[in-house]
Amino acid sequence: MADKIPVLKERKNFVATRNACKVCSPLGGSIAYKGVRGCVPVIHGGQGCATYIRRYLISHYKEPVDIASSNFSEESTIFGGEANLSAAIHNVIAQYKPEVVGVCTTCLSETIGDDIGQALRNYKAANADDPSVPEFVYSSTPSYQGSHMDGFHETVAAITKTFATKVEMNEKVNIFPGFISTEDLRMLKDILEDFGIDYIMVPDYSETLDNPVWDTYHRIPDGGTPVEELKMMGGAKASIEFGPILNKGNLVGRIKNKNLAHTGAEYLEKEFGVKKFTMNVPVGITQSDELFQLLSDISGNEIPKKYSMERGRLIDAYADGHKYVFGKKAVVYGEEDLVIAMTGFLDEIGVEVILAASGGNSGKLKEEIERCAPTHGKSIEVMGDLDYEKINELCIDMKPDLLVGNSKGYYIARELNIPIIRVGFPIHDRMGGSRLKHVAYKGAQELFDKIGNAMMEYKQEHSEVGYKYI
Amino acid sequence: MSKYIKDRTSQIVTIGEDQHDLACEKKSVAGSVSQRACVFCGSRVVLYPIADALHLVHGPIGCAAYTWDIRGAMSSGPQLHRLSFSTDLHEKDVVFGGEKKLYSALTELIESYKPEAVFIYSTCIVGVIGDDVEAVARQLTKETGVEVLPVMSEGFKGTKKDGYKAACDALMNLVGTNDDYVPPKYSINILGDFNLAGELWILAEYYKKIGVEIIACLTGDGRVEQVRRCHKASLNVVQCSGSMMHVAKEMKDKYDIPFKKVSYFGIEDMSDALYEVATHFNDPELMAKARALVSEEIAELIPALQPYREKLEGKKAAIYVGGAFKAISLVKALRLLGMQTVVVGSQTGNKDDYKLLQKICDKGTVIVDDSNPNELSDFVKQTGADLFIGGVKERPIAYKLGLGFCDHNHERKEALAGFVGMLNFAKEVYASVCSPVWKFIDKK
Repeated sequence: MADKIPVLKERKNFVATRNACKVCSPLGGSIAYKGVRGCVPVIHGGQGCATYIRRYLISHYKEPVDIASSNFSEESTIFGGEANLSAAIHNVIAQYKPEVVGVCTTCLSETIGDDIGQALRNYKAANADDPSVPEFVYSSTPSYQGSHMDGFHETVAAITKTFATKVEMNEKVNIFPGFISTEDLRMLKDILEDFGIDYIMVPDYSETLDNPVWDTYHRIPDGGTPVEELKMMGGAKASIEFGPILNKGNLVGRIKNKNLAHTGAEYLEKEFGVKKFTMNVPVGITQSDELFQLLSDISGNEIPKKYSMERGRLIDAYADGHKYVFGKKAVVYGEEDLVIAMTGFLDEIGVEVILAASGGNSGKLKEEIERCAPTHGKSIEVMGDLDYEKINELCIDMKPDLLVGNSKGYYIARELNIPIIRVGFPIHDRMGGSRLKHVAYKGAQELFDKIGNAMMEYKQEHSEVGYKYI
Repeated sequence: MSKYIKDRTSQIVTIGEDQHDLACEKKSVAGSVSQRACVFCGSRVVLYPIADALHLVHGPIGCAAYTWDIRGAMSSGPQLHRLSFSTDLHEKDVVFGGEKKLYSALTELIESYKPEAVFIYSTCIVGVIGDDVEAVARQLTKETGVEVLPVMSEGFKGTKKDGYKAACDALMNLVGTNDDYVPPKYSINILGDFNLAGELWILAEYYKKIGVEIIACLTGDGRVEQVRRCHKASLNVVQCSGSMMHVAKEMKDKYDIPFKKVSYFGIEDMSDALYEVATHFNDPELMAKARALVSEEIAELIPALQPYREKLEGKKAAIYVGGAFKAISLVKALRLLGMQTVVVGSQTGNKDDYKLLQKICDKGTVIVDDSNPNELSDFVKQTGADLFIGGVKERPIAYKLGLGFCDHNHERKEALAGFVGMLNFAKEVYASVCSPVWKFIDKK
């Protein structure tokens, strides 16, 4: 009989990270690039970075995820990686005929000081008469800074800064949904369309990372926001961004010019005067109401009946199921913006969040949690910069009734013999991670049913007689 | 524009059509979307199954996070290897150096987790900023009494194969450190089995039945103490030769232990693996037992395979795996199920492996080294494959195009080695290739 995975009895803080509750920056950057039409991400670093990130994403999305690497060698590490980057771009163009190449840096290329902007300009100049040369965009995503979320939002900002230009005012609305599931993106697009809003979504990987089956291999999956649309962002009438944290936190040890805009929406507001609305990721009724009201205000249209019906049914479900979830103690973990939104939702259904934990370290998590969780906000233990082993040890002491977070926390729930509600990213041990619903009334409906049913199942399975009715 | 990247054409051969020798053991072409990872990956997968060691990745968080509990390498006892430790280097560490952080991280971890040994994996960034990992390791060994072994696996220093070598170098520092052990009469080490889905336990049972003891497995269900004394074995039996040949050769040079290359996949190769060992010890009783075991197993297995063979006869398979030596076994195992291999390739195969593949495969079979999604998807379409055998990164290619898939990589949950493994393999292939869901996919 195998031993259990060792858990320490002593409780102390370690210099080392034990089972990280985050992944690295270029992973987030690559996902953001997947949301641009015809874009192939290139990770400028060692071959492993691209392959590991692909593997991690493939296990979640169950989709081919092609990310190229400039495949650093010892020579490029010493003499600079420009030649490798050029070769990589050349071969990506030959194989994929991309509309856009999106370059993410790595710890390696950042440390040796490669100037990506210059390298890309050089490539363009050297291939000036080649019509197949695509648009370029690059973002600074060294893995020693922040987490995958910083990489994601840095890249969203880079895409915005690269393509948005001064254009005439238009009727479009920019939407920066943050890192949510492909199903969430699709629901969001339906909502925007039902409001009659002409939107520009950055990024939109709803199709590129969640395709139907193919008869032939698509070198670049369909979908994504086209560059022509991205160029219109500067003339939009408003920008909506989900998430109070985004990449605005203190990036561990990072020297950042505080005067520079941080997010795509901030940049558009500062440069082109596009009004910015920032809100939580709309999970649960309170946070979704804010979105629907905002969309109604921006579009000048009433909230479509379809959604008031969804909302009504959701409240009806809350009434039917409230007792089963009330007072249950939950530990929530994952990316900061997700943790905030999820805590807001759990607070509104009567679940008591006892620990809100993230591997992110913005320094803003506590104030945001207090803001979004009026019932328990003040008593929630809020901790950033945590790893799973720390969460595990805290759980042993806190004795939660359920975990809410990605699949990496499964081993903790297994030892505690409590349910885990899988949300967010990654979902590596189940299918359907990309189809998980979190946002708007439909997302809340799915989450509420899952949590209620998990509590009922737990009770039923631990009951002496079992029962057929609730 | 050619269909494939120009620099890669020498690494693709269609039997009967192309005349050139297959080029291999090259660095991946930049921008090719190679399925390979890096030097660090090679080291990490090889050493990971040593269950009572503490594995610390010295670098930024990604390298550790992507390799947390990554292999289904089972341990019968300790599970320390399943925790992912990292120095999680930040920008200031990169600027001022990570040695201090490494030292204090490990001092604490050793005190709390009391490992039998520690492996420190160097990553790209450590190579660039020039941390003296070896010096920190020496100091910690001296201070804590726990063997701290640096693994020089900076990602950019070559390919995954160089990572195998770095892992073997680290292992060799441990091999031979317990000289007091008295081995049983017929003893072997198994090199290059990683106890995925408990496969080592199946093999150990076979060897036990014929009267041979395993001193150490490198590294499946591995223990530090076994590595220390494994130089007392009479024979090294090497599977996954790509990763473990260095250790086998070094042990031959240093301790005069002969080695044999074997494979445990398929009836033929599994039987040979037992006969080879029996032949080595030159004991008729041992050989008789081996023969008895094989015939007993085969008598049961062949009729059990028959229903699957009937369903699979004439189907075509594509193989893309880490090492080409395994691919050779797979070609034979598929043949036993009546299936023909139409595409076969690997990330890190060598010339000999590929030559053998060219010999045993049929005309029209595509052989490829260090391939990528574009090529692989083209090959399976043009050859009309019904099944793809590979790892997680190949799975969506197969499913997207409506092919069956069998995971023959790190994360497999079914034991595929040994005689029982052959039956599991048949079942898994059947379950995927003959699923009714494929009828909904319109294959042009």
